[in-house]
Amino acid sequence: MNSDASPKTFPLRENELRPKRRRSAHTTLASHGEPWVWLMAGSLTLALMMIAGLLGLIVVRGSSTFWPVPLQLVQTSNGRESLGEVTRREEAIDATGPKPIPFTRRLIRIANFEITGNHFEWIDDRLITSESNPTWATAVERLEGGRFHGFPTRLLERGVAVAEGPEAAWEKFNELHPSVRIRWRSAMHLDHTDRGRLQRTLRNARLAVVQADLDYGNKSPQYFAAIKSEKQILQETEQAALSLDTQTSELREENAKWSFEFSTTSGETTTIPLESIVRAWQPNRIGLMQKMAVYASRWWEFLSDNPREANSAGGVFPAIWGTLAMTMIMALFVAPFGVLAALYLREYATSGPLTTFIRIAINNLAGVPSIVYGAFGLGFFCYFLGSGIDAIFFQASLVADNQPTFGTGGLLWASLTLALLTLPVVIVATEEALSSVPNSMREGSYACGAGKWQTIRRIVLPRALPGIMTGLILAMARGAGEVAPLMLVGVKKLAVDLPIDTEFPYIHASREFMHLSYLVYDVGFQSPNSQAAQPMVFTITFLLVTLIALLNISAIWIRARLKRRYVSQQF
Amino acid sequence: MKMLVSPVANRDSHSPLSTPKADDLSMPTSAHAPATSPVDRLAAIANGDHVPSEVHPQMHLEPPVLEIKNFNLWYGSKQAIHGITMNIPNNKVTALVGPSGCGKSTLLRSVNRLNDLLNNVRIDGDMRLNGDSIYNSRMDVIDLRKRMGMVFQKPNPFPMSIYENVVYSLRIDGERNRGVLDQICEKSLRGAALWDEVKDRLTETALGLSGGQQQRLCIARAIAAEPEVLLLDEPCSALDPIATGKVEDLIQELRGTYSVLIVTHNMQQASRTSDFTAFMYLGRLIEYGPTTEIFTKPILKETEAYVTGRFG
Ligand SMILES: Nc1ncnc2c1ncn2[C@@H]1O[C@H](COP(=O)(O)OP(=O)(O)OP(=O)(O)O)[C@@H](O)[C@H]1O
Ligand SMILES: [Mg+2]
Repeated sequence: MNSDASPKTFPLRENELRPKRRRSAHTTLASHGEPWVWLMAGSLTLALMMIAGLLGLIVVRGSSTFWPVPLQLVQTSNGRESLGEVTRREEAIDATGPKPIPFTRRLIRIANFEITGNHFEWIDDRLITSESNPTWATAVERLEGGRFHGFPTRLLERGVAVAEGPEAAWEKFNELHPSVRIRWRSAMHLDHTDRGRLQRTLRNARLAVVQADLDYGNKSPQYFAAIKSEKQILQETEQAALSLDTQTSELREENAKWSFEFSTTSGETTTIPLESIVRAWQPNRIGLMQKMAVYASRWWEFLSDNPREANSAGGVFPAIWGTLAMTMIMALFVAPFGVLAALYLREYATSGPLTTFIRIAINNLAGVPSIVYGAFGLGFFCYFLGSGIDAIFFQASLVADNQPTFGTGGLLWASLTLALLTLPVVIVATEEALSSVPNSMREGSYACGAGKWQTIRRIVLPRALPGIMTGLILAMARGAGEVAPLMLVGVKKLAVDLPIDTEFPYIHASREFMHLSYLVYDVGFQSPNSQAAQPMVFTITFLLVTLIALLNISAIWIRARLKRRYVSQQF
Repeated sequence: MKMLVSPVANRDSHSPLSTPKADDLSMPTSAHAPATSPVDRLAAIANGDHVPSEVHPQMHLEPPVLEIKNFNLWYGSKQAIHGITMNIPNNKVTALVGPSGCGKSTLLRSVNRLNDLLNNVRIDGDMRLNGDSIYNSRMDVIDLRKRMGMVFQKPNPFPMSIYENVVYSLRIDGERNRGVLDQICEKSLRGAALWDEVKDRLTETALGLSGGQQQRLCIARAIAAEPEVLLLDEPCSALDPIATGKVEDLIQELRGTYSVLIVTHNMQQASRTSDFTAFMYLGRLIEYGPTTEIFTKPILKETEAYVTGRFG
């Protein structure tokens, strides 16, 4: 504006006014920011090392559990022989003598618990006189009683040998075993699924009687009708149960004919019924391909079967399913609630001390110990809401069996509890995402004559969706890895009935279920044979991490797609 | 000599609707107006003194689409617009020029009440769109905004496809007829000189367009609803000369059927495209008249200095 004002001339003497710029090693270093770069790179490296270390441990230990390790036969100078997998070697110090002597020792999984009374044995390397990997050494996984190591001698049909010598017996075993397994499986299926269905029908009929009594009194026609139909169902189920009995006993008798005889290192012979052998392998004899086959089949069992032996063997399928079902249902609850709450807070509520207070409160909720949420879930959902629901809809079960339906932990309550636990994460992330939507977009929409809700629905939400997804990913990862609150609201050590299955009404919201992270705790710290269960802990952890990673990757993929659509790459 | 004309022009300028207050205010200052040199006038404004606007007499012959009456606006305690009174002629192009920060965008945003969205804004005075008071409490803001189209200084395409961007204002009105939408989309994109570039990628996201294409898309969006008034806030600041030329052609086409209020920093553009030009300075209207007069024989020296690029 001072175009007409005469320009002021400064007495610019060269050396006086121009500040002298010093050049020193220090300033150049600082201006290049080298120390900061090192610091940042160092922090990142540290973080990466920790992550890589932890993941590496989990992946290596978790994936090697099922690999068929050679069986080593060790003879010691005191005349003992042990056959088993070497699981660990370590240096130790013998402090018994006058001078401590370092020595090495190995931990051998000798199995045969019923004979030796131990699953594992430490062997001092100094005492070993010979060690070898005998060709016919066989590892047997049994339904009960843990692992068995021995040498095959005979295969018996009703106690009479049909094959003698390791080679013939092993061949005969491989021929017979698949059909034995199939029969065992169908017997299991009949017992579990079909008999379970009969029992449920029976129980429902019984509950109908109780319900009729409760509703109409025990002199009403409805009550008598219910009793009549219960009697009829009783007869029908009795017949069905009889036919099931004959079917299963046929299968079991056929299986019971066969057994496998082994000799052990301690010189005894042990006979194992073929039916109770899950799988047997001879690790010293087989090549890489067969080892892979054993490996794959053990993984498959792990992923698809029910657990055995207090969860320390067999599969974890119910836990995988339970984890997935719970995480999904949790996400279904937390996403709409969190997003709506954040929307109101960010878009509608006038900012003031109250909204600030609410924000602080929400952020603080994220720091409440998760067990507190568990206790809240138990008290509010199970004991208050659940009992209320039971009193209204499921009174019969309560009266007849003293068995709560919703009044105890279950899939629905666990999902709701975790939804509550992860709600702050979703709200905070959603608010963040909403506030990152440029105001110019909103103004553009308003200028077109859109109302507030139209603007939010058509402009703000789509644009904020990737950020909201991020919040959901974090929430799901946190929910899937939580243990403490789940113990209180419905996760069980063993629950073979799946919470979501093919039977009406498909989603059994009141059922208790299994969860991988609880399984880690249970197998790792509650197992009677923790040494043998240890590899299993790593495998379950590996699986859980993989599952969470898969959930995350799919969510990240969706987010990337949304981002491509909704966020500008314009510069 | 020109200075002597101004009080007369100013006095004549008051329409019967104008408040006596504005009349009173204009009198004493215009009395000593001849004595003020350009620097004094601008310095007086900078000091916060009231300086009357010079409005050319022709302005009162034009039927107005928008009447701005003694309009004041504060951001918090800071006043951004000081008692602006001006009429925007119907179906003509009016340019707003002035140095950065003088309140052009603020004035434009006040026309469709976008400033309502900011909670520290306070206003005084009124505006009338075709006789309807804009700031009347009974005025439906949404309805008001539907009657106007606005293009912002920075392109702000919506996070959706090009097609949906253009038909956005019809979509929110619930228009579902594909034929109607297609037709309006093509017409608007052609109008904004964008059709040829995007006709094969209408379903792609609008955020993938270049900055200049995005701005033309916003223009297409603004004209899609056939508004009564088109508010353009430096629509060409992100465009290359060719696209600028296309947008100016578009403004030429709109002239006569739309009322256009355009903010620009480009004097050539203002002189090429507009019928009338208003010069603003520090929240005040300094001079307002037909473009040819503002650019060839302005009343005030300051206006001349500004439009010839000697200050600002
Ligand atoms: N949201 C706001 N809050 C406070 N002050 C504001 C706000 N928006 C604008 N202002 C102030 O109001 C004055 C006018 O701003 P405005 O954006 O209208 O200027 P302009 O003429 O459009 O400038 P430009 O040519 O640079 O776009 C400026 O001093 C600016 O600092
Ligand atoms: Mg501006």
